[in-house]
Amino acid sequence: MVVRFAGWSRFTLGLGVLLLFLALGEAVVRLLRLPVPGSVLGMVLLAEALRRGWVPLALVRPAAELLIRQMGFLFVPPGVALILYLDLLRAQWAVIVTASVVSTFAVLLAVGALQQRLEDRG
Amino acid sequence: MAERWGAAALTMALGVAATALAYFGARWLQRRSGWLLLNPTLVAIVVLIALLRAGGVEYERYHAGGRLISFWLAPAVVALGVPLYLQRAEIARRGRALLASILAGSVVGIGSGTLVAAALGASGEVVRSLAPRAVTTPIALGIAARVGGLPSLAAALVIATGILGAVLGPAVLRRLRVRSRTAVGLALGAAAHGMGTARAAELGEVEAAASGLAIGLMGVATAVLAPLLLALLTWLGWI
Repeated sequence: MVVRFAGWSRFTLGLGVLLLFLALGEAVVRLLRLPVPGSVLGMVLLAEALRRGWVPLALVRPAAELLIRQMGFLFVPPGVALILYLDLLRAQWAVIVTASVVSTFAVLLAVGALQQRLEDRG
Repeated sequence: MAERWGAAALTMALGVAATALAYFGARWLQRRSGWLLLNPTLVAIVVLIALLRAGGVEYERYHAGGRLISFWLAPAVVALGVPLYLQRAEIARRGRALLASILAGSVVGIGSGTLVAAALGASGEVVRSLAPRAVTTPIALGIAARVGGLPSLAAALVIATGILGAVLGPAVLRRLRVRSRTAVGLALGAAAHGMGTARAAELGEVEAAASGLAIGLMGVATAVLAPLLLALLTWLGWI
């Protein structure tokens, strides 16, 4: 299939394709009661559709790159939701902060260092 | 009717505009100053929370506009299918190592948070809410409910962890001499889910692909392992 859409039309259509795969992922997750979010399944399905050539890369790439690049912006509203838990966080903040910091570093160390080690070996 | 719609549109527009101003203002500041700790996401969250509190604005009013922005997180995760496709050869070549690292990361993630909190005398609910800390919010909510934690607290911890991992992650990994781009992306996604992935995407396409994959694998591994590991730790009397 030759993609004849250019510029903003292609961008908008690409956004539509991403939403379509999101809907597909959500539907399958609900139907099969899988323990993953629909968006993660949608990601895998999109990669597979691209591999099989069902979706042309040029169609989804511009929209995908914009969303991925601006993900930090999309996380602001969920972060502001912390305002709802300020009392709870304040009550046990020392424990919560210590445990979160230690655990975050531990996961970074475990995954990062192990993966590096495994790749170095072969 | 028309007037009510107008008021709702005003609330939404204000929420979106305030978020955009805070975020892109902070990004301009970060580029201007070159100071990495001025992470735009972190700065925007702090500024908006301070503004809402100072102005006595209820979170629900902000959320009317905010959810128009956060809705796009789900399609953004789907969009990670593009780097995943482009980097498929790189990822397939390291398939076994990837799975081993994520399994280790999941066990460490569940165990470390809960054990430290228990040792410091946190209440049982808080300890259990810490178990799914490293995974993406929708999965974490389900896990917290299943292991006897508080879903709302778990959600807050997931977000706090994401900010922490995204801001400090790359520097910590450099200090640990983790150089491989797949390893960096994988670690950021495993430790800080979507927020780590947003940071990984700034580093490059390989990092973004590995990070997106880590969100999915880490979520599934933790959903399966958390109930088992917590049962074990409880039986041992450690938490």
